[in-house]
Amino acid sequence: MDSSRRELLRAGGLIAALIAAGSEAAEPAPAWNRAAFEAKTVQDALKALGAPGSQEGGELQLTAPEIAEDGAAVPVVVQSRIAGTQQIHILVDKNPFSLAASFFFPEGTQARVSTRIKMNETSHVVAVAVAGGQVYMARQEIKVTIGGCGG
Amino acid sequence: MADPMKIRAVAQADQVEVKILMAHEEETGLRKGPDGGIVPAHFISNVSVRYADREVKRAQWGPAIAKNPFMQFAFRGAARGAELTVTWVDNRGESRTDHVTVA
Repeated sequence: MDSSRRELLRAGGLIAALIAAGSEAAEPAPAWNRAAFEAKTVQDALKALGAPGSQEGGELQLTAPEIAEDGAAVPVVVQSRIAGTQQIHILVDKNPFSLAASFFFPEGTQARVSTRIKMNETSHVVAVAVAGGQVYMARQEIKVTIGGCGG
Repeated sequence: MADPMKIRAVAQADQVEVKILMAHEEETGLRKGPDGGIVPAHFISNVSVRYADREVKRAQWGPAIAKNPFMQFAFRGAARGAELTVTWVDNRGESRTDHVTVA
């Protein structure tokens, strides 16, 4: 744990430098949100993302299998039909670190993303959308036969 | 240097659908290796997709993204023949940039 924490700390500075070097014309990109990614609960991760206090919304759709045989690669699709969606976050309740991914949607990019995540055990997967200062949440339980975090 | 990404970008109606497959181990830092020691964390932390000097997609990832990460999304404003640039950076500061032409 200690060595991985050091890796993360070291990477933070490099990432900032790389992003600065690669984007003269662009808006400054926020660096990696270490506090959010190191949070051990969904609640703490949401707090670190600045997105506490969410509402369950029907316009946010999380599509994932009910049963994932292999927790090492669980396909997840999140789509928001909420106008002005700027961020989508994917969290796994029972993973060692809850936050798996954060996606940012500039104007013109559809608020939909597909990816594959790791799940340590059967857990709720939580999708969170941030739109116009409001936070929306959708959740689904995925049963995992073989955990995918090792250890 | 990491292996190249596999990227497909296809114009469909008014949108460009993008699929990206990155070559990366995605070590969580929680797994034990054959010698019983912890395998250090090694994972992609930041991804950026750019088209014509604007960022059309940005992501921050933790170690819970599956090995050889996959991401699919769609954006408006580019046509067939446009060039996209995809860059990832990992937690060790290694990075990889690849380009794709919209088909």
